[in-house]
Amino acid sequence: MTQRLRVRYAKRGRLRFTSHRDISRAIERAVRRAGIPVAFSAGFSPHPKISYAGAAPTGVASEAEYLEIGLTRRCDPQRLRADLDASLPPGLDALDVVESGGGGLADRLHGSVWLVRLRGVRPADAADAVERFLAREQVEVERLTKKGMRRFDTRQAVVGLTVEGAGEPAGQEPDRRGEEHDSTPCAILRMVVRHVTPAVRPDDVLAGLRLVAELAPPSPPEVIRLAQGPLDDETGGLTDPLDFDRDVADSRDDEQGTVDGAGECAASVGGDVAADL
Amino acid sequence: MSVESLFPRLEPLLPRVQKPIQYVGGELNSTVKDWDDAEVRWALMYPDAYEVGLPNQGVQILYEILNELEGTLAERTYAVWPDLEALMREHGVPQFTVDAHRPVRAFDVFGLSFSTELGYTNMLTALSLAGIPLHAADRTEEDPIVLAGGHAAFNPEPIADFVDAAVLGDGEQIAIAITEVIREWKAEGRPGGRDELLLRLAESGGVYVPKFYDVDYHPDGRIQRVAPNQPGVPFRVHKHTVMDLDEWPYPKKPLVPLAETVHERFSVEIFRGCTRGCRFCQAGMITRPVRERSITTVAAMVENGVRESGFNEVGLLSLSSADHSEIGEIAKGLADRYEGTQTSLSLPSTRVDAFNITLANEFSRNGRRSGLTFAPEGGSERMRKVINKMVTEEDLIRTVSTAYSQGWRQVKLYFMCGLPTEQDEDVMAIADLARKVIKAGREVTGTRDIRCTVSIGGFVPKPHTPFQWAGQTDHETVDRRLRELRDDLRRDKEYGRAIGFRYHDGKPSIVEGLLSRGDRRVGRVVQAVWEAGGRFDGWSEHFSYDRWMECAAKALADTGVDVDWYTTRERDEHEVLPWDHLDAGLDREWLWQDWQDSLSDVEVEDCRWTPCYDCGVCPTMGTEIQIGPTGKKLLPLTVI
Repeated sequence: MTQRLRVRYAKRGRLRFTSHRDISRAIERAVRRAGIPVAFSAGFSPHPKISYAGAAPTGVASEAEYLEIGLTRRCDPQRLRADLDASLPPGLDALDVVESGGGGLADRLHGSVWLVRLRGVRPADAADAVERFLAREQVEVERLTKKGMRRFDTRQAVVGLTVEGAGEPAGQEPDRRGEEHDSTPCAILRMVVRHVTPAVRPDDVLAGLRLVAELAPPSPPEVIRLAQGPLDDETGGLTDPLDFDRDVADSRDDEQGTVDGAGECAASVGGDVAADL
Repeated sequence: MSVESLFPRLEPLLPRVQKPIQYVGGELNSTVKDWDDAEVRWALMYPDAYEVGLPNQGVQILYEILNELEGTLAERTYAVWPDLEALMREHGVPQFTVDAHRPVRAFDVFGLSFSTELGYTNMLTALSLAGIPLHAADRTEEDPIVLAGGHAAFNPEPIADFVDAAVLGDGEQIAIAITEVIREWKAEGRPGGRDELLLRLAESGGVYVPKFYDVDYHPDGRIQRVAPNQPGVPFRVHKHTVMDLDEWPYPKKPLVPLAETVHERFSVEIFRGCTRGCRFCQAGMITRPVRERSITTVAAMVENGVRESGFNEVGLLSLSSADHSEIGEIAKGLADRYEGTQTSLSLPSTRVDAFNITLANEFSRNGRRSGLTFAPEGGSERMRKVINKMVTEEDLIRTVSTAYSQGWRQVKLYFMCGLPTEQDEDVMAIADLARKVIKAGREVTGTRDIRCTVSIGGFVPKPHTPFQWAGQTDHETVDRRLRELRDDLRRDKEYGRAIGFRYHDGKPSIVEGLLSRGDRRVGRVVQAVWEAGGRFDGWSEHFSYDRWMECAAKALADTGVDVDWYTTRERDEHEVLPWDHLDAGLDREWLWQDWQDSLSDVEVEDCRWTPCYDCGVCPTMGTEIQIGPTGKKLLPLTVI
């Protein structure tokens, strides 16, 4: 493996119904179609060296999914982003690619920002429920996991929870062509949730809201992950997890005084250049 | 009038169902065309779950060919699982296509491809969800033409009440011809309505329209006569055969799904047809003659398909892939080309000879030698003569020994149970054969670390085969023989542990038998089963034998015939069979003679390499065997 690249990608619209396995198959095929020189593991059944960090659940859209890909030849990150994006099915979109600056990417994903659209819920009711939720020290909910029914706290994982009011949320929207505009109320929640074990997902927080305030949306919530990254204790928000890699790349460029050739995957540089930090 | 997408109404239901991705479409290489620009619109259905239906070659090929035609649009639809079916009924969402989520009822043609009869109940679910009347007789101008194709359409009589029309054989050219007839009829302002359109299709001789044929019965229940009831409608309807497959190199743009499906690979048909003459094999009989794709077309299709799809596996499909006249060159050429590219090649290996192992070695160059499959089909030498599977015990042992000695550790042997004239000892012979295989394998490898799996399927007599007259073996007998075989294998201390045993109980075969050789009266059974909740009959967790038997008993009560009459009863030479007016090209007298020959263990050779034995197909259909060798070699690709 010559180079490791980190990719931020989105799953949007209808493709939010893909499972993590669906996505990894789609990405592996896109990588093949794009002719990206991906490295393979050794052994009887070699696998492409692509690793995924913290995949959003099936049914949840995301603007901030991350993967890391190992290459056998050095590639310009921007060129690879464009090639990969062109080969991915519409709705899976490669947004950002940087060369790995070392360290574990997954270790930097401390939390997520989620936007949850609740059709048929009045913003005032949602605000009331949020207030009651935040007033608690602990809100335990139950969820059926692969290990059976589990009971866990949701409150402590919630770093921020606000109601954005009616209207369309930011970010990518599910496809609603042909849908009539109606006067159904709609509350939009913005959640900043810490990644903990067992995972607290937006629907767990919704279960908590239901528990403390009987908030029961009449239709399935539409959930989008807007960001993942290190938690910023000062602002209560997240920072970009790839900033670190960008800084490393910049300092390396400064040292070398060059920028990788524009779009030449074939230009091979010997050795593994991942900075050891 | 334009048609709105149903997606906004479907979308809120999707978070509540299993594997929602299967309903959203958007596959790589799928096509959405403008509704209003199209004059003729096809909804194509594979009547099983998306994961099974999407990889189907037939549907993918027709989808692509129809969408290539200007003014023609084709979309796909699949069977929805019961969880979504319930929600669709609750919320009034009709059967939709996955491409643009348009309602199936809005299309001109609703074409269903039946690989198996077990999809019939799923057709009724789709019709019902679409809002299309179940019975062809109740349909109006607002409904599409419901058209059946696929191998099961060679006897569409059990679904004659539900389909408006059926086509036999290769679909490429007839789909285009039907499109043309519909286009003209619509352009003329739909003269004579639905009936005239059907009449125009029927008069061509290439489309079977059941309503234009009357079936009369003898008092004892046998068919007396099937005859057209309209002037201009031919007595017999012929199958379609595409000649020169190099002219039809589809799929060119293989569909790549997001959802996981049963075949995650790019498949190329390397030839159609088979003349090995296995008497149980309907596919081999109805797809004659053999028509090969040339080595160069196969290679070009593989190259294009891998590039277009990103699949990392290529399957070389046909009824007996090792029989391609240049398979050795194809295997070596492709293995050379794709060496080191993480692209694996596979071919269903069923022929019992050493050459097959050479091929398998070629395809597994990159290391893994997991398992090889051979299909002797019959356990005893006598049984194999009856079914015309010309493999001697010696051949089999030698071939399997070679496989073991070349590093294969696992060999799977496929057999059938319930074959015509089968006795208990024919089935018990399977155990002896398996033991001999292990014994020989241990000798050549010097290790006990080899295995063999015996896999057994139930035999179902099929229309247009020499066994179409045979009585099907009842499921009690099949189950008893399989139990005894299993016990015998397990009892054996020396070899028992090295032999795996897989089988299914014989009950589903009886239902398949009823649907395969049924006539129009069986349609009532299909409907009754569907009304009683029958869905996804090809899935053991959904299939209910008892439901089929209870519904059959009620639905057939006043007919004087029953399930046994359709299945275990042997027919005589002159009985009119429900599919006699449907022409697969096979000469009925030849089929009968072959049935008689089978009873006296007379074998028949493959007409590719021996003189014609007059099965009747080529002269009747105006076709001929098309095989190589072309003598061409594959050169390395400069860029893969």
